[in-house]
Amino acid sequence: MISRRDFLQASVAASAIIGASGFGRWGRLAAQQALTQDQLLQFDTYGNVSLIHVTDIHAQLKPIYFREPSVNLGVGPNKGEVPHITGADFRKLYGIDDGSASHYALSSGDFSALAQGYGKMGGLDRVATVINAIRADRPDAILLDGGDTWHGSMTCYETQGQDMVNVMNLLKPDAMTFHWEFTLGSDRVREIVQDLPFAAMGQNIFDAEWDEPSEDFKPYEFFERGGVKVAVIGQAFPYMPIANPGWMFPEYSFGIRDAHMQDMVNEVRGMGAELVVCLSHNGFDVDKKMAANVTGIDVILSGHTHDALPEPVLVGETIIVASGSNGKFVSRVDLDVRDGRMMGFRHKLIPIFSDVITPDAEVAKAIDAERAPFKDRLEEVIGRTDDTSLLYRRGNFNGTWDDLICNALLDQRDAQIALSPGVRWGPSILPGSDITREDIWNVTSMTYGKAYRSEMTGETLKLIMEDVADNLFNPDPYYQQGGDMVRVGGIGYKIDITKPIGERISDLTLLATGEAIDAATPYVVAGWASVNEDTEGPQIWDVVEDYIASQGTVSVPDNTNVVVVE
Amino acid sequence: MTITRRQTFMMALGASVAAAMPFRAFADASEDSIAAFTGGAEMGTEGLTLTAPEIAENGNTVPVEVSAPGAVSIMLLATGNPTPDAAIFNFGPLAASQTASTRIRLAKTQNVMAIAKMADGSFVQATQEVKVTIGGCGG
Repeated sequence: MISRRDFLQASVAASAIIGASGFGRWGRLAAQQALTQDQLLQFDTYGNVSLIHVTDIHAQLKPIYFREPSVNLGVGPNKGEVPHITGADFRKLYGIDDGSASHYALSSGDFSALAQGYGKMGGLDRVATVINAIRADRPDAILLDGGDTWHGSMTCYETQGQDMVNVMNLLKPDAMTFHWEFTLGSDRVREIVQDLPFAAMGQNIFDAEWDEPSEDFKPYEFFERGGVKVAVIGQAFPYMPIANPGWMFPEYSFGIRDAHMQDMVNEVRGMGAELVVCLSHNGFDVDKKMAANVTGIDVILSGHTHDALPEPVLVGETIIVASGSNGKFVSRVDLDVRDGRMMGFRHKLIPIFSDVITPDAEVAKAIDAERAPFKDRLEEVIGRTDDTSLLYRRGNFNGTWDDLICNALLDQRDAQIALSPGVRWGPSILPGSDITREDIWNVTSMTYGKAYRSEMTGETLKLIMEDVADNLFNPDPYYQQGGDMVRVGGIGYKIDITKPIGERISDLTLLATGEAIDAATPYVVAGWASVNEDTEGPQIWDVVEDYIASQGTVSVPDNTNVVVVE
Repeated sequence: MTITRRQTFMMALGASVAAAMPFRAFADASEDSIAAFTGGAEMGTEGLTLTAPEIAENGNTVPVEVSAPGAVSIMLLATGNPTPDAAIFNFGPLAASQTASTRIRLAKTQNVMAIAKMADGSFVQATQEVKVTIGGCGG
């Protein structure tokens, strides 16, 4: 007799074969200039339930370039495990050919050259086409949005998320969970959520005063699909008031709350759920640990850490699906649910090649309408990248976009040291390209973007860096917040990610003089995205725009100021 | 007697754990409180649930819940605070449940510890690390 576990593993192997052959074929076909929409969408409908997952779109309505990280280190039990495998190692693991379409979409390396051939990715009008095609196969497919949707662009900032709400509603999601949405402020979030035509969920969104589940969000929602009772449980980003300004949403408390998650799983199972799905904004490593701690979840649709994986990861009897970011991918998961349990699955991470997938006309029109009032401001060219500088963000320690932002802070704010948050959103700009105002907003836009200038002692600086490093490299994922290391300008340092907090950072050096940072000496520090309520200064996008305009053509060489010990 | 390489390694590990124990204050202030509460009795680990956040949203007011069915008394310690004693909950014979929740202030990242005295005079303990962070850079 084949046990459930054997069946799942058999299914995983089958999925691997589909994934690998599919990906390899796309690569060759693309090389022959024959990548087609039909091939991208090809999927033999399976089982009786289909899930569609999008997450971490960060308000990218239009196609973008987005370079995946070359440095994404895992610690503790996750060292060397996906998603902490990058570049050529990633391609080797999944059998992806160098130079193929999936190399370009899923991994770093030769990005600028491949981008010329394969073009931009994403665009919600293309995403709509893919969703509609899946619904043509399986009309009652469940569309789930993992959050970080109403944040990340000029139009989203100026409309307080309304542009994204309007366009996403056309895609008809069935449920959503949250992270950056809360930085719109809790009044605005409640205003939008009240009118949403789908479930706004988070079992871990609590009332801060009473430490009880908030009445403003549902913990879960039931769907009846293909004769199957499906329960979808929401899991919002656990560390909202710590990683983002808690003063913007003081009524709410979050946390992982895996004991409460177990209660919710037991509750929905008790109510007859045959399939339990968790729509999560935990981040991948946290989801892996939660899958091990909580029993009874069949599928975790994982968001927050922006990982794009061509196959699900199996933890116990739970499959974890990671669907990338910025609109680059849509995941389709078909499930065979019988006799009250998940018997198998078929999965495909669908890359949204914007030149291959035809835009949905209705959604394309809606996107243009949302952008129309801001068109002139968005499209104004501020400067250019030189022929060798690719601007990108992803990486544990630095990205060229952040190096440029740090240079802007040092120059425009007359500072010795610059600090820039290690966020993972923000598209890339190819070498030799125009930089528009929209491009600058895409990597800086937020509701707490003021660029402060203050004095900090060397001791305080080290304390901050140790604190952020522990949020990234604590060996226990439940003590990690996602995001990357704070980016620095004007200083260099060494980091040993294997050490405990307080011992990771050393050799802090002021680059201008080559001298060691002194614990007692005050330094002039400029930064942005402070979580403190009373932060003062110009908006970061204005600082960066002024700097790029003053430079004309920007050149951002490789950053060699951070030495990493693993 | 021959010490094998493995034994040497284990000894070294034991020594390094002792040297690295971050809670030397715990040995002073907390230990006095624990000794006063338990009289130095051995403590088990089953039957007491301590619920606290992994990372505090606000170190000044951290929600903590303790639950130990059958307990007559539960002590709560913030082992890294200058004064570790946070609370002692006593449950009378008519108490419907032996559960209590409160909020405590944590000076820094530290272990929060609960010790329950059971009706038969035995003791159980539970510990959880609560991180107090300056935060700021979530992606």
